[in-house]
Amino acid sequence: MRFLLAKDLRILRRSPLLVSLLVIYPLLIAVLVGLALSKGPDKPRVAILNQLPSTGGTLTIGGTKVDPADYAQRLFQSIVPVTVHSRAEAERKVRDGDVLAAIIVPADLVQRLQRTITLSGSGQKPTVEVLYNAEDPVKQQFVQSTIDARVAELNRAVSTKLTQISAGYLDILLSGGKFSILGRDVDILGLKRSKALVDSVLTRTPRGSPDREALQRVSSFAQLAINNLGLSDVVLGSLATPVKVDQHIVQGRRTPLDAYAVAVAVTLSLMLVCVLLAAGMLALEREEHAFARLVRGLVSREALLAEKVVLAAGCAATTALLMTAGISAFVSLDWGRFPLWVVALVAGGLAFGALGVAIGALAREVRAASLLAILLALPIAFLALVPSGAVATGLYDAIRVISALFPFRPALDAADAALNDAGGLGTALAHLGALVVGWAIVARVALQRFG
Amino acid sequence: MTAAATEDGPALQVRAVTRRFGDRDALRGVSFAAARGETLAVIGPNGAGKTTLLSILGGVLAPTSGDVSRDPRDVGWVPQQPAVYGKLTVAENLRLFARLEKVADPDAVVARMLEQTGLADRAGDELGTLSGGNRQRVNIAAGLLADPDVLLLDEPSSSLDPRQRARLWEFVGALARRGTAVVFTTHNVAEAERFADRVLVLADGELLFTGTPAALHDAVGSQQADFEAAFVAFLRARGH
Repeated sequence: MRFLLAKDLRILRRSPLLVSLLVIYPLLIAVLVGLALSKGPDKPRVAILNQLPSTGGTLTIGGTKVDPADYAQRLFQSIVPVTVHSRAEAERKVRDGDVLAAIIVPADLVQRLQRTITLSGSGQKPTVEVLYNAEDPVKQQFVQSTIDARVAELNRAVSTKLTQISAGYLDILLSGGKFSILGRDVDILGLKRSKALVDSVLTRTPRGSPDREALQRVSSFAQLAINNLGLSDVVLGSLATPVKVDQHIVQGRRTPLDAYAVAVAVTLSLMLVCVLLAAGMLALEREEHAFARLVRGLVSREALLAEKVVLAAGCAATTALLMTAGISAFVSLDWGRFPLWVVALVAGGLAFGALGVAIGALAREVRAASLLAILLALPIAFLALVPSGAVATGLYDAIRVISALFPFRPALDAADAALNDAGGLGTALAHLGALVVGWAIVARVALQRFG
Repeated sequence: MTAAATEDGPALQVRAVTRRFGDRDALRGVSFAAARGETLAVIGPNGAGKTTLLSILGGVLAPTSGDVSRDPRDVGWVPQQPAVYGKLTVAENLRLFARLEKVADPDAVVARMLEQTGLADRAGDELGTLSGGNRQRVNIAAGLLADPDVLLLDEPSSSLDPRQRARLWEFVGALARRGTAVVFTTHNVAEAERFADRVLVLADGELLFTGTPAALHDAVGSQQADFEAAFVAFLRARGH
């Protein structure tokens, strides 16, 4: 096998155009995919568990009624809402990938919000829970930005009202007037009138003779002002974010998007180099008419396939490692995990190589093999990047099955685990091992067509 | 199926070899033997089964039934299309196949083959830059690396000009004189008459005739002017 390996490496060395294309094309694709990653899917399916009571769900702010349902409608314009009836149902739909995320609106949201925005109010802010499946950081980012944007709208509307209320309170403190607190109407003197009274008392009262009543009123006003200024911290805090969002990951992990994009780009490069090389080099044996000479006792068909898989995996893993090293100049990667990078990329390379030789055996000609490799590999890669909840449930299940039959998804999981400590490396490697065997069997059967 | 060859027996013994492709019989019970130093030409119309027969003898195809006395690895096989790598040099191609053939001293064997085929001065040239004739010489050289007792040549002269053809047959004659049994297919029946000790006439997978060119000529009567006309008359007489 080493003679064949040396021969193939020599052929590659003498084919600079082919090698250049093999390196440049995956880089271009990786850049395109990186750009695509910055955009999320349109109108994702989101489960809504609305626990608000059917009546009394309006909020009174400064005498104006605000209906949270109006804001829910705005949210629904950018999602496909799926009504659920329990938290367990919401979690299940998220975990199964039926929906992109679930929003849980608590029953006491309006009451808490009302309490938070009144002067007498205090305590916990109302909290909206968001559950999602962080199976990939693209989706995680999309869910966060979608939900954050909608909740920010609600907060902005409420804070506008709170600003008006605060302005009213300040006006009372300045000019005085009637103010209702704990069900009692209180006549507030106001700073201007207080000053006038104090000035009046001061002009009439001889030095050293205190006017106790006037001073008592000034003292009461001062106490009230002090108390209200103490409450103003809560009010001002509410102005920023009257409604709090509490996010929970039901399944998956938190990988930063840029680190995940590295894993995607590296896996794409690995796939393209490996599949194209394995398919092309096997088909070349037939195109050069050397296949028959080789397998008439010089080399077994299995050894020939193994040589092509090892060649493709070795070249592609080397390219991917060099690419990763280059990327590490721009994105922070943990070089302490380098041995795991090698393991993940070699395992992915072997699986892609097995797929490649199957394509090469089926296509039989270099040009047909290259075309088939591209036509098959890219859609498979893009399918594997479709997040749950972005498409209908049945379609997503079909996508998951298809993705599991090809090496891209497990290779991406392995690369993500190795590069970003995302976990699940063992499972991904086992999956890749099964695919190596499966696709090698397909290749061996297809090799009968070589004649 | 392969039977063991013996030192005293023929260099190659083929017994009742058949080959089916689906419903079609490509070969029907073909039997013949080739002695050491003998040159056999397999001739017949297109689709007769000539290439299929050589592919079975060379181990590229397995027979459906019947047996061949030689292990394919002990047989030199030269396919019609040069089965060598265009991106490798002449010497690299020969060295690769010599190593795969596990010959004792690959470099010495390559040097010898380059000398015998007259390609020593082109040893460093990539095969893709050579003419069709020279590529065919490398193709033949690759089939001879293991110094086989039996050499199979499938249409060896089809891409050669007359001068190269002459050199080829001179080379093949020298091999036969050294004791190599040579079996070749050709569409050029004049070559068969001129360079073969015996001819095997195949048609529709059936072996119709085994004997010297003169015997084939005699089989159709002396009124035929040349061997090609005798061959055509023979096929016609047999319903082909």
